[in-house]
Amino acid sequence: MPQSMQPGDAKAAEIKAISIGKTFGAFHALKDLSLDIKRGEFLTLLGPSGSGKTTFLMILAGFLAPTSGKLVMDGKDITNIPAEDRSYGMVFQGYALFPHLTVEQNIAFPLKVRRQSAADIKRRVGEMVERVGLVGHEKKLPAKLSGGQQQRVALARALAFEPSVLLLDEPFSALDKNLREMMQEEAKRLHQETGTTFVFVTHDQSEALALSSRVAIFNHGELLQAGKPQEVYERPANRFVAEFLGEINLLPLDTVQLDGERAAGRFEDQTITVNKSSALAGRAALAAIRPEHMVISVEHRKDNCNAITCRVEGATYFGASTKYHLRTRTGTSLAVSMPTATTSPIEPNTNVWVSWPEHQGFLLPNGS
Amino acid sequence: MGSATSRKFLLLGPLLLFLGLAYVVPFLGVVRWSFTLPETGFGQYIAVFTDPLVQSVFVRTLRICLIVTAASLITAYAIAYVWVRGSSVQRALAEFCILVPFWISVLTRAFGWLAMLSNRGLINTWLQSAGIISEPLALARNEFGVIVGMTHFLIPFAVFPIASAMRSIDERVLLAARGMGSSRSRTFWTVFLPLTYGGLIGAALIVFVFALGFFVTPAILGGGRSVMVAELVYLRIFQSPDWGLGAAISVVLVLFIAILLALLRRFIKPAHMVG
Repeated sequence: MPQSMQPGDAKAAEIKAISIGKTFGAFHALKDLSLDIKRGEFLTLLGPSGSGKTTFLMILAGFLAPTSGKLVMDGKDITNIPAEDRSYGMVFQGYALFPHLTVEQNIAFPLKVRRQSAADIKRRVGEMVERVGLVGHEKKLPAKLSGGQQQRVALARALAFEPSVLLLDEPFSALDKNLREMMQEEAKRLHQETGTTFVFVTHDQSEALALSSRVAIFNHGELLQAGKPQEVYERPANRFVAEFLGEINLLPLDTVQLDGERAAGRFEDQTITVNKSSALAGRAALAAIRPEHMVISVEHRKDNCNAITCRVEGATYFGASTKYHLRTRTGTSLAVSMPTATTSPIEPNTNVWVSWPEHQGFLLPNGS
Repeated sequence: MGSATSRKFLLLGPLLLFLGLAYVVPFLGVVRWSFTLPETGFGQYIAVFTDPLVQSVFVRTLRICLIVTAASLITAYAIAYVWVRGSSVQRALAEFCILVPFWISVLTRAFGWLAMLSNRGLINTWLQSAGIISEPLALARNEFGVIVGMTHFLIPFAVFPIASAMRSIDERVLLAARGMGSSRSRTFWTVFLPLTYGGLIGAALIVFVFALGFFVTPAILGGGRSVMVAELVYLRIFQSPDWGLGAAISVVLVLFIAILLALLRRFIKPAHMVG
């Protein structure tokens, strides 16, 4: 194994984005966006295409200038510093390797720019080639490499000069599923080994949850929520975040009543109890529950659970889990995901109970 | 071979027929003259490689063509750069500069340059009336005039392959270089320029081969004093009735170009793979 740097001995940077706005003509690509990027974290910018996440990354890189607001890195205003003087590592969508240079020469490029000695460059390139597992491919041109190998060259090149920040723009979107998962592990390992601040853009929610120490969710040029993967997945701030991070069941409740640690409202003829959200007290709201937190049973279970009657409409088999499609008495559709190994198949058109622990449900404002 | 393939050959038919009748058959006649006039044998070919006059014309032709190729490539590179990467106004202007020469005949352009460059032409008149020079500069009726006129004619032909190579460069590759701290000039010399080598080689080939056969421009701007190969062939055939020598020079020129094309084809392939 190559000698590995300990987290902390790298010169990871922190960046504060303060009220960043960016307009292209009449189009507002980013609206008043503030976000603290912490030293050494793995932050993912997640959102659908056109949400502003890539625009924000390009502003961080210095390839785009914000229309308003400022960027502060380690206490220094860097808003007007051009990309070439920021010296961040960057991995582009499609890798952007130099097609006329070999693997070695690609990795050596940023080191030559920094006028390092030939001996230092040779040593460092060798180290990086080994670290990303490309020994034996040093003399090849990028066109001779597979997609995964090209991706490794791009990572090695971006990290060779020990940048204080590494920016990654949808780096794995072109790879097939298995290779993508391998490269995700690789990125995670490189993050731990180098201790550098990683800012990663993706539209793939499972990639975001799997990789990041923090996820920032974008939509229509706005930052909707930033938090640890568990926070944004289990306590999304609004319906968009809840739905973007994965499938979710939404049950419309009439007037929500606060009740100690919990809140409750009526859905069909049942009282549904969920986690408290004071802001929504006394209003109509949605009870939100992830499909994997629900259980289907033939008997009515009452152990601290919510339960509603449903009719099974069909099932989709995913291997490890099976997803059941159900409909409540008044026609609200539900999805319940159950581990295939521990449940016996349920036939369509069966009437069943769907139940879930009270603490797994939470409130979202009604409407979008 | 499917019928669809043979139908496509049929579409090529008129062109092949025209090339055969207008070029190949007459050229075979020229080849015959070169071996038969005034008497059968290799005499004219021996003359081509030993006659000092023919030799000096060949050397001058090569020299002029190399200079013209270099000058055209440098100018065309700058124009192509503005055309591909400039602002919309700059692009329109570059396009205008590239296309307008195409609409003006080679003869008109040669006389235009004569009006600019000759002893009593615009440039010399201005410089003299401004008192900068007392005697007119020798700008036309010499190699300099020929080079200027030919370069002007050939620049647009060099622009297209270069611009096409520039267009195929992935913008992100240039961003990547910048992001790694590379200055604009370093990015140009180490990334942008190498990625256009394929286009440059293609452009050089087109310009050089085209220049080898130039006739009108050197005849007018050279004023009979810097004769190039094509003009020499013309003189041998129309002015001194020396058809055999003229024919032999033509055959050597055609063979030279064919060998050049074959060599450069082999050389250009790896360059294209990289570019």
